[in-house]
Amino acid sequence: MSAIPRQDMGFVEAVDNTAETPGRRAPLVLNMTRFGEVTHQVARVNEAARPPLAWTVAFLISLALVGFLGFCITYLFFAGVGVWNLNNPIMWAFDITNFVFWVGIGHAGTLISAILFLFRQKWRTGINRFAEAMTIFAVICAGMFPGIHVGRVWLAYWLFPIPNSMEMWPQFRSPLLWDVFAVSTYFTVSLIFWYIGLVPDLATLRDRAKGTIRQLAYGLFSLGWRGSNRHWHRYEVAYLLLAALSTPLVLSVHSVVSFDFAVSQLPGWHTTIFPPYFVAGAIFSGFAMVTTLAIPARQLFGLKDLITLRHLDNMNKIILVTGCMVGYAYGMEFFIAWYSGAPYEKFAFMNRALGQYAWAYWIMVSCNVITPQLFWFKKVRTSIPLMFILCLAVNIGMWFERFVIIVSSLANDFLPSAWDKYQPTWVEIGTMFGSFGLFGMLFLLFCRWLPMVAIAEIKATMPQANPHWEGYAAHGAASGGATAHGAAHSPEGGAKS
Amino acid sequence: MTTLATPPPQVPLRTAETKRRLWGLIAEFDNPALILQAAERVRHAGYTLWDCHTPFPVHGLDAAMGIRRTILPVLVFMGGLTGATLALVLQVFTNGTALSFWALVWVTGYPFLVSGKPFWSIPAFIPVIFELTVLLSALTAAFGMFFLNGLPRLSHPLFGNRHFLRASDDRFFVSIDARDPNFLRSRTEGLLRSLGARRVEAVEE
Repeated sequence: MSAIPRQDMGFVEAVDNTAETPGRRAPLVLNMTRFGEVTHQVARVNEAARPPLAWTVAFLISLALVGFLGFCITYLFFAGVGVWNLNNPIMWAFDITNFVFWVGIGHAGTLISAILFLFRQKWRTGINRFAEAMTIFAVICAGMFPGIHVGRVWLAYWLFPIPNSMEMWPQFRSPLLWDVFAVSTYFTVSLIFWYIGLVPDLATLRDRAKGTIRQLAYGLFSLGWRGSNRHWHRYEVAYLLLAALSTPLVLSVHSVVSFDFAVSQLPGWHTTIFPPYFVAGAIFSGFAMVTTLAIPARQLFGLKDLITLRHLDNMNKIILVTGCMVGYAYGMEFFIAWYSGAPYEKFAFMNRALGQYAWAYWIMVSCNVITPQLFWFKKVRTSIPLMFILCLAVNIGMWFERFVIIVSSLANDFLPSAWDKYQPTWVEIGTMFGSFGLFGMLFLLFCRWLPMVAIAEIKATMPQANPHWEGYAAHGAASGGATAHGAAHSPEGGAKS
Repeated sequence: MTTLATPPPQVPLRTAETKRRLWGLIAEFDNPALILQAAERVRHAGYTLWDCHTPFPVHGLDAAMGIRRTILPVLVFMGGLTGATLALVLQVFTNGTALSFWALVWVTGYPFLVSGKPFWSIPAFIPVIFELTVLLSALTAAFGMFFLNGLPRLSHPLFGNRHFLRASDDRFFVSIDARDPNFLRSRTEGLLRSLGARRVEAVEE
């Protein structure tokens, strides 16, 4: 086995499948008509003797950031939360901003794997595996922040209802505790969903594995899956049920996160629009992150035929829609602040746009509301460099959204005598970049050792997977010929048979 | 292939070459259309201990094989109900009562009075009830599916067959267990060959 063949690194797509032809489904798998080709295309990334150079470089950078993260957290534990620049009243800042940001990132993975599954959006199969992986790694990064910001981390177990000699219990009427349950449930269910999807593909890697270690590792985790149709039957039912369970779950998680703010009395937080607004923002930022990751991954590992331009185009459309929802929410917040007649509420929003954090507010608005409007143009939606830049802007904008909501409301609340300002220390900034390193490291390990595209699922979306496909009828099913070539992609191939 | 009166099964079924017990026969097919047709024929021939092995779920194969719908959704519903009950009891007990019971240590509830909410403030308990309902349902769906499928089972006679490895790649297999009352090596082999199989092979235990 040699290294992964170097792919065309240019931005010109070989096949454009973004056009709509009435009465015909656009192909989701390009340049491939045999199932074996799909298996090979995905599995060769994991089977290559060496990863691409870019992977190694990215991995080393991530590793360095993780090292720095470890240092920042250790320093925090030994010195106390004073090493962060939190003060009274700004008791939440970078820590909770990062928490909300990372939880939000995760939402796109579950939307792709669960909601698009229920809506029978077949294009999800190209991107669902690594979007789900992204969810899990993002939730790991998110879960870290509430854990380390509690001050006395050795008491973090107080978050859970564990019987103890102090006869002390968590306060179940608090949104902060709902959050503990929401995020831990979200993580567990996402992990199960991801793993169940992985089992048949791990079996594929097991059956192709050459070395003993690979055979053992993939063999163990594929649980002895042998593609039995009696198993597939229960598997599909379980998958559908998990999708149906994850759909309300994903909507609930960011709703509960938004309750952390909305249930308090603080001007700028105490609004009923928060749950839907947070969920839309989460999906918005999550899809931007999926696109940010998908673009380099498909270039580097040669997955352009499976994660096609159409997939990216579709994701950009979702970014546009959710971006408009977020823009609507920003506007509606201002309207309600004025319409409510509450002076503190009015002040909170004027202060956001014009006060000490106005710079952050306008970064947020330009990145989240103005920039995504370019996605109305198909040229932008199908241009790899442009969409990459736009998605990076959305990622930055959504980070700032959380920063603005949290810090501007805390810094200037009711009484001017209680106001203060906030600037992060190097420890807070280091922890933030460190969490990106942790995310990157986990994601790169995933790309190297696990199938990045759902092999079994994507095969099932190929026209050849349908037993009644025209190609089989034309050649005579019983004759036993191999799958016919090209008929799926040439317009007249299907019509003649 | 007509179904004849069932002849007595040849027990023990041994292959001449290795003297190992025959597990069954497998037939390899090229595409989903062939496996669908094969599955229908095998079922009509009266076999019960048989299976199809495919790299992805083939549409219509469940019906062709006559697979009955799984009980899994019922189990998942039970799991969800358990989660909801557990969450309600947990919250009402810990935050709304001063009851004690012994579970290795004494466990005592503490009636919190917070922000004027009643002790039994059901609306405030809903998020946790929802989360535990989803959690236990999802765990039941996953572990129930694996349990009903008899997985994990890391060793299986089928894995001994070199060609069967492609069942997870691009080939479609029918396997018929030798313990099936209808199984007769020569006749079963004939049936499988007549279905347009690329290859029919014996699998030993």
